[in-house]
Amino acid sequence: MPEVLLETRGLGKRFGAVVAAEDVNVSVTAGEIVGVIGANGAGKTTFCNMVTGYLTPDLGQILFRGKDITGCTVGQATEAGIHRSFQIPQLFPGLTVYENLLLAVGVFGHRRPPWWQPLVRPEVENEATAIMERYRIAESATTRVDRLPQGVRKLLDIAMAMVGQPAMILLDEPTSGISTKEKFDVMGNVIDALRKSAATVLFVEHDMEVVGRYADRVIAFREGRVLADGTPGVVLEDPAVIEHVVGRRPGRAPDA
Amino acid sequence: MTLLRRVRLTTAGIAVATAALLALWPLLPAWAAHTVGVSLGGGLVVLGLLILIRFGLVSFGQGLFFAIGGYAAALANQFLGITDMLVLSVAGIASAGAVAWALGYIVRGHRGIFFAMLNLAFSMILFGILAKTVVLGSTDGFSVGVPTLLGFAPDPEAGRLTFMLFGYIVVFTAVVAWWVDRILASPIGYAGQGVRENELRLRYLGVSARGAVHIAYIAAAKLAALGGVFTVLLIGHVTPEDTAYWTKSGEFVFVAILGGSGNVAAPFIAQTVFELVRTFALQYAPDAWQMLLGITLLLVILFLPGGLWSLADRLRGRDA
Amino acid sequence: MIELAAIVVDSLVYASWLFIVSIGLTLIFGVMNVLNVAHGSLYALGAYTAAWAVGMYVSGAPDAGFELLAIMLVAAVVVGVVVGLLIERGVLRWVYGRDEIVIVLATYAVFLVLEDVMKLIFGPESYIAFQPRFLFGTVSVAGIPYVGYDLLLVPVVALIGLGIWAAIHRTRPGKLLIAVIHDREIAAALGINVTRFFTVTFLCGAFLGALGGALSAPLISVVPGIGVELIVLAFAVVVIGGLGSVEGAAVGALLVGLGRTAAVFFRPELELFVVFVVMTVVLAVRPEGLFGKPKARRI
Repeated sequence: MPEVLLETRGLGKRFGAVVAAEDVNVSVTAGEIVGVIGANGAGKTTFCNMVTGYLTPDLGQILFRGKDITGCTVGQATEAGIHRSFQIPQLFPGLTVYENLLLAVGVFGHRRPPWWQPLVRPEVENEATAIMERYRIAESATTRVDRLPQGVRKLLDIAMAMVGQPAMILLDEPTSGISTKEKFDVMGNVIDALRKSAATVLFVEHDMEVVGRYADRVIAFREGRVLADGTPGVVLEDPAVIEHVVGRRPGRAPDA
Repeated sequence: MTLLRRVRLTTAGIAVATAALLALWPLLPAWAAHTVGVSLGGGLVVLGLLILIRFGLVSFGQGLFFAIGGYAAALANQFLGITDMLVLSVAGIASAGAVAWALGYIVRGHRGIFFAMLNLAFSMILFGILAKTVVLGSTDGFSVGVPTLLGFAPDPEAGRLTFMLFGYIVVFTAVVAWWVDRILASPIGYAGQGVRENELRLRYLGVSARGAVHIAYIAAAKLAALGGVFTVLLIGHVTPEDTAYWTKSGEFVFVAILGGSGNVAAPFIAQTVFELVRTFALQYAPDAWQMLLGITLLLVILFLPGGLWSLADRLRGRDA
Repeated sequence: MIELAAIVVDSLVYASWLFIVSIGLTLIFGVMNVLNVAHGSLYALGAYTAAWAVGMYVSGAPDAGFELLAIMLVAAVVVGVVVGLLIERGVLRWVYGRDEIVIVLATYAVFLVLEDVMKLIFGPESYIAFQPRFLFGTVSVAGIPYVGYDLLLVPVVALIGLGIWAAIHRTRPGKLLIAVIHDREIAAALGINVTRFFTVTFLCGAFLGALGGALSAPLISVVPGIGVELIVLAFAVVVIGGLGSVEGAAVGALLVGLGRTAAVFFRPELELFVVFVVMTVVLAVRPEGLFGKPKARRI
């Protein structure tokens, strides 16, 4: 039986009067690719923030590989093997793509040298180059990140998150800010690369076509609660999901 | 140019500069040797600032640790009768390291102007204590005797600046600069770039940004203290006004910006330029010295954001 | 009892002085995100110019009266507008958009330049303009005689503070200013001339700095170096209250005023120490100051 990797029990979080999470119970099995959907403010990013230690939940528990990691720091969650990418890519803007990856591999990954040794060494350089190739961003290697197009930034952000081969990766809107035309290219690239490293994936996405194509399972959030959880076929056809998440009433054409 | 090659080039440069300075000793007039010594001392403080700048931080209170180094040496000399320059140096470094370790728990969560201001406040507290405490010499400070090294005392006729002290400062500074260069190229140095560029991403790479800042803060403090020890040994006197007051800290920041953070040699070059210009300016135009500083600082900010070192890069043609 | 009354009155007077010399600093930071080290120079220039002008006038009219106050005010306006304009249009606008520390360094450069400019204009001697201080006679509070000018600082400065607060929160330009503070880009998109708001704010802040200096001229002996001492003190006041907050500056001034006066009464050697200990504690525990708001980050 496949291992349950991540499990949350009764997670709750409030910001003043706003309920960002209430009684969230989610369990993700190793190897799954889970799509997370929901309108803006439904609590998707809050969920990612809590699971990765950026926010501490007010209530409930987070278990990773059966170990309680509630209230741990970002660093501890990262060490434990939960990484993430961001809605707005979080990169080192003054450095080039290659330098970004060198830094990531050199301070984290399995190939990091001891702290007093020079960071740039062949194994670190090779790893950084390999990652660039895996995510097909090698042609931008010497471009400073603040001069990159959004699509490449998104890819680099995910590539950085994959350094150190996490057991699980959370992708927060991997295709936001990318043109519809590029979306499937980017997502295809990412899912390919992730499948190769056997990571469990949880991705937040607004484009239902993308969700339908790549997710094995879909969780829909509404007002901090889990509205539906199941296979894409079931969840995406659920009338409540269609009304509150997909944004059109059943049986009607989508308005603009 | 790869980073590894840059580290090796810098190592070679440091070795050549050290050998040249030591060989030049017989030819150097006393004032020149003094200027070199004082510039290396001040340059160490600025080297500490360079580390912080690599981390994206500027301290407006580095005079705090400069003063701690100077006073630790002076007090150990005055009250414990220690004259060995090595012991005095260790005393300075250890005191500053301990203070920075404790204060580090406060400053490591601060960035930008809050980091700058907090350090300013620390240094002004020390200034307030030093200037008002009679045992610590009040505003007059202390004098320090001529130092010895490993049991060898210099010829009493030779004055304060002997080859022993000069050589000690040159060699010690060279070793420290080499070590700093190496550390800046190591994972912890790169973590500094991460703190500067995007702390959130660094945290999500499993690195504690606060921990890294804490380490850099202690390192910068130790360098400043060593600079303070050297300066006191050279000048033979220490006062609160010339070490802990905010204008001294401001001067160090000025030199750091002037030199740029491109290379560990930059602080020493900039500090030497600074000392030389000051010597002449105070002689010929004492009322225009600060104006000169101010205008230079503005010009560097506007036209040479990488400092003097970037000028060298530009002349060579980048990455040649 | 008398001691307590004396501490309270002295603290209030000193706090009023601190507030008037710091308010321009916090105003400029609040709107422009510029921590203006040259504020110390504006203070010193205001003091020098007022002391010089008063001295000139008195030498021609030895029994001069309340017109001296008008002279001080004019001195502050002239310094604030001329020097403020030079700094903002001549230097700051070239560094807008750069890192806030770079902007601090640019104002530090201006500060260095102005230090020597003052030495060149006014020379090394001290200027004393005591005459305005004795226009209001002495007043006895709880049996202790006080100089009327010192006591008057309290209501005058309180009025200035209220005026600034009302100008920001109760007038149309003030509301536009809040929009600029909140989001420069959106304000610009709404058709607000952000550049002009910056210039005007800087001129107001510069004027307030010079006014602080002018009002101080009768209280101190105006010598080289007063700006150097002032700026660190003003930093302490505005950092304690929260950079950019008018109310904060008032509270910061009261705290520093009380702390320093108490130190002067009981342990004079702790005078400077107390001020920076308070600043350190506030910065350490609440870096955004007592009235500042921490910035949230969206990821």
